[in-house]
Amino acid sequence: MGVALTRSAQWTAAGHGAKTLEVTPLNEAIVKEIIMFVESFIYKYPQEANYVFVEPLEWKTNLDPSAFGSGYAVSGTTVKSEEADKNGEPLLYLSVPQIKIRSFGQLSRMLYIAKNMKLKEAQACIEANRNPVAKILGLDYNIISEKIGNSFVSNILDKITKDDDSESEIKMKIALQLKQLDLHLLNHSLKHISLEIRLNPGTVKNDIELLKQFSGKGKQTVLESIEYTSDYEFSNGCRAPPWRQIKGEICYVLVKPHDAETLCVTCSKEGVFLNGGKTDDEGQINYERKGEIYKDLVTLLKEKSAIFSENMSKQEIKFSEQPQKDQPNEAPKEEVAITHKASVTSRKSTQEKNRINLGRSQLTKRLEPSLNWRTSVSSKDRNTLRDTQVEKHGGKLEKSRSSVSPGRAQLIRKSVEKIEEIISDSSSESEEDEEQPDHRQEANADLPSEYWQIQKLVKYLKGGNQTATVIALCSMKDFNLAQETCQLAIRDVGGLEVLINLLETDEVKCKIGSLKILKEISHNPQIRRNIVDLGGLPVMVNILDSPHKSLKCLAAETIANVAKFRRARRVVRRHGGITKLVALLDCGKHSGEPAQSSLYETRDVEVARCGALALWSCSKSYANKEAIRKAGGIPLLARLLKTSHENMLIPVVGTLQECASEENYRAAIKAERIIENLVKNLNSENEQLQEHCAMAIYQCAEDEETRDLVRLHGGLKPLASLLNNTDNKERLAAVTGAIWKCSISKENVTKFREYKAIETLVGLLTDQPEEVLVNVVGALGECCQEHENRVIIRRCGGIQPLVNLLVGINQALLVNVTKAVGACAVEPESMMIIDRLDGVRLLWSLLKNPHPDVKASAAWALCPCIQNAKDAGEMVRSFVGGLELVVNLLKSDNKEVLASVCAVITNIAKDQENLAVITDHGVVPLLSKLANTNNDKLRRHLAETISRCCMWGRNRVAFGEHKAVAPLVRYLKSNDTNVHRATAQALYQLSEDADNCVTMHENGAVKLLLDMVGSPDEELQEAAAGCISNIRRLALAIEKARYS
Amino acid sequence: MNRKKLQKLTDSLTKNCKHFSKFEVKCLINLFYNLVGEVTERQGVIIGLDRNAFRNILHMTFGMTDDMIMDRVFRGFDKDNDGCISVTEWVYGLSVFLRGTLEEKMKYCFEVFDLNGDSFISKEEMFHMLKNSLLKQPSEEDPDEGIKDLVEITLKKMDHDHDGKLSFADYEQAVREETLLLEAFGPCLPDPKVSLQHLCCHHSLAVP
Repeated sequence: MGVALTRSAQWTAAGHGAKTLEVTPLNEAIVKEIIMFVESFIYKYPQEANYVFVEPLEWKTNLDPSAFGSGYAVSGTTVKSEEADKNGEPLLYLSVPQIKIRSFGQLSRMLYIAKNMKLKEAQACIEANRNPVAKILGLDYNIISEKIGNSFVSNILDKITKDDDSESEIKMKIALQLKQLDLHLLNHSLKHISLEIRLNPGTVKNDIELLKQFSGKGKQTVLESIEYTSDYEFSNGCRAPPWRQIKGEICYVLVKPHDAETLCVTCSKEGVFLNGGKTDDEGQINYERKGEIYKDLVTLLKEKSAIFSENMSKQEIKFSEQPQKDQPNEAPKEEVAITHKASVTSRKSTQEKNRINLGRSQLTKRLEPSLNWRTSVSSKDRNTLRDTQVEKHGGKLEKSRSSVSPGRAQLIRKSVEKIEEIISDSSSESEEDEEQPDHRQEANADLPSEYWQIQKLVKYLKGGNQTATVIALCSMKDFNLAQETCQLAIRDVGGLEVLINLLETDEVKCKIGSLKILKEISHNPQIRRNIVDLGGLPVMVNILDSPHKSLKCLAAETIANVAKFRRARRVVRRHGGITKLVALLDCGKHSGEPAQSSLYETRDVEVARCGALALWSCSKSYANKEAIRKAGGIPLLARLLKTSHENMLIPVVGTLQECASEENYRAAIKAERIIENLVKNLNSENEQLQEHCAMAIYQCAEDEETRDLVRLHGGLKPLASLLNNTDNKERLAAVTGAIWKCSISKENVTKFREYKAIETLVGLLTDQPEEVLVNVVGALGECCQEHENRVIIRRCGGIQPLVNLLVGINQALLVNVTKAVGACAVEPESMMIIDRLDGVRLLWSLLKNPHPDVKASAAWALCPCIQNAKDAGEMVRSFVGGLELVVNLLKSDNKEVLASVCAVITNIAKDQENLAVITDHGVVPLLSKLANTNNDKLRRHLAETISRCCMWGRNRVAFGEHKAVAPLVRYLKSNDTNVHRATAQALYQLSEDADNCVTMHENGAVKLLLDMVGSPDEELQEAAAGCISNIRRLALAIEKARYS
Repeated sequence: MNRKKLQKLTDSLTKNCKHFSKFEVKCLINLFYNLVGEVTERQGVIIGLDRNAFRNILHMTFGMTDDMIMDRVFRGFDKDNDGCISVTEWVYGLSVFLRGTLEEKMKYCFEVFDLNGDSFISKEEMFHMLKNSLLKQPSEEDPDEGIKDLVEITLKKMDHDHDGKLSFADYEQAVREETLLLEAFGPCLPDPKVSLQHLCCHHSLAVP
């Protein structure tokens, strides 16, 4: 009981003399439990009920002496119980208003007498006797029972046997009973507490935001105004000063209801209550609680303001009218529906409703304590992302990991940055899904000493003149600004606002100092976002116009750091930052007096470098790429590329590489003769520079002329030699990419063979990250187009790793691998190896891949396999369900897939038995359905397939029945000779059937075929002639029949 | 002053002053005599700008406001300590003031900050110079507390030999690490913007 009373019961704050129990539901429940215990005591334990307390329980009672009846001696203002102890002292003695009771029996009776005053009496008793156990059993027992706790019952029994007298036995029993009561009370209060919802800063903030939306003048609103007393929000979301936060207070709000005075309300974790209000003179808040605790702000306001409660209930009706939707995108639909029947004014209110709905769902979301990663990356990427995030933030983690393998950690981090770029590249700019949640330092967590030092410095920044500010800035710079604690400390004490404000002053020195700090701390992704939120970017963009060069440099460098995410890049563009940054690139044009030109030059170069750095960051957004081009950035970048400063070249090439994803840029890069310099820089010593150059070549080499330029400028040799260094995976990926694209040109492949690059590429087929593999396999696929190279690959043992890669899941990789395997399969010797490795089966199963590119690529690869495999027919038949799968692919709507599948079917149909099977699977109607197409590639392969399929049964007739003939005739009007040849062959086969001949003749095939007979292509000649002869023969036969 | 004498003065000053061209020196000399006003040259009377006149120039042209610093700048110009800036001191002084190299400026600033000329900037001197640097402290215990703290911060940053005062070596090292600390204890050089204005007014003076 003692523990429950001291710990759980809620006593009023100290400092009011005697403590009293607060009127709270919890306290009431505790007192009731105690009353029940005492009331039943006399029945349950009659013997113990007679036990006389060591000291009487004494308190001021409200009981009237007249209430006591039999068993008591009542005389005026005193009452004595007839029951007395050994010494004749009465067990109950009342002399108004003091009452003394010395046994449970008397306590029970007293409560019985008190009737409906029970609660008050019990409370008064507990308040007056703060340690009842000690009074009942004596101090020593109190201590003993505390020590015993509830576990060592055996100890108690020991003691009983030792003492060996009845009184102590009774005492022990009572002690046990009290102990049990205590436990019971604790459990009970625990239940109570767990029922209570404790507020947190998030929910409070949401409540207030919500109410703010409904505040204002007019009777419709719920409140006149609601605002915080302090604008400053701490990192944990609280606005109360730290020394009050310890008490669980979150913030103070001034609420002006329509029908009451302004209320000053404290929102604390326990609940919401009125405080002493704001004192007028100093604006300080009297924190003392002045009213009851309510469970939240709305409940309090409902109690205090009638209009609030009335208007609020209206709003709630509106809520209930509208079913709660989880998806906010449902809202507009409803809005439309409502506006149909409602006037403009009511439309406004529906909008408000929707807003509330959003607020509500957000509210529920906020309650979850999870960090939600809303980036739309696949789960795998997400994991790596999170890993590195952890790595970046958790200092300890980073240490342990980097000790394992620094290279690998760096790689992961880089690849994550890549992922981020890809995300921001591919998705449209209007979305904001990339925002990461802030993770802030716990308010009461152990703050490092730096925190307080930085707080002090920020204070001087705020309240100092220029001199003091510069000193404070310089001192702040001495902190380890690369460390996250310091970065966040600056933000959390409000330093970011001050630093950004300083940028708007006229003081150059303050601006420089401030930017020097911002530049460092903006390496932190959270700080970047905070800077953007505080409107730091427009100010920095303006500084780019400053005549002061070092200021320009710092501003550009800081922008480079901040503009790592999409929203920031957009802000830079919207404020004309791109044009200004491009202008920075224009250095050296107006160099000053000759005497100081060298000094001027280095400073100008520095400015240009910083400009390029910022553009590099910005160039990750599509719209910015356009803006850079429009601002005339490309010629300037081209000029800077001719310089020899390495740290200048990296951002310049980086920007170009980033921008080369756009067709416009590729053309411009060619026109500005940039390739030459890119190639030159491949020979640089700097790995990063090499990487970006290779990357730029990779992007540009889609263009044939560019590929030739790379060769002419001698770029292939450095690329080939860079293959030998495989430690830097990023660079390796870029280099292999460049090789892949360059090897699309045959001349380049020859060069690569000279440089022994193909052997090296085969060596890279194992133990490489996927981004490298994709490029390596792509390059090999291009090389395999030539016989010599195929031999080299086979000899180097390249086929096995290639076939092994067929089981991957990376789509880009699969497309390239299938292409490479298909190219190898052209060689019968290689085909044997592929067959042995079960490569055909793997290719065949890729036909089930969900992505059309993979399907098509796999189908193309199957063609040479079937051509060159021994016992191809038998092999194809051995794939269970394989033929059906292929035939069903004819239902695809992707032209490339259809063309490739037609090609596969052509090869399958070479085997009579298989042709029979696919005919049974209904290949004829499916092919006929495809006949009406304008795609020449599909036309060619379709015609080939049809001609091949005519070889079985009555398929010729069936094609005629399914109306495939007329469209085929039209193919002859195409411009493609390949189509002509295939079509003529198909028509020749079809013309074996008389009805088809009639159709052909009707569609004017004869004239078209006659032209074809004059073609230099012999096969075409032959087929066309054959077809004509079939048609002619039929005509003759008809004539003969007519005349005979 | 006759032309011949002026020519001679210009030549000698140009020879000894590497930051100004001959034309600029000439302009400055003219400016000096304009500022001094029409005082007839007599034996025994020193021609020059007195403290008040000079402070006025500092205030009007270079926008300086701090009395103490302006006094110190005057001392910096007034090499011979006669309470008056002669034409030579004027040209030499401005040469450092407007176009000085970092080394020259450091020397000049250190002299300005070393109030008692003992070649050390002591805590007391720092306190003296910084005492007005913090705006009204919101009801905090000791109003000087912040200044004292600021002095400690400065010492921590600049006092490399930990002797509790700044020697020129300390100061030089700190400035080389962070140029912003050149005018650590108050602005005693023209603001870059102001000197541009100055250029506009007098066509010849510019800070590179």
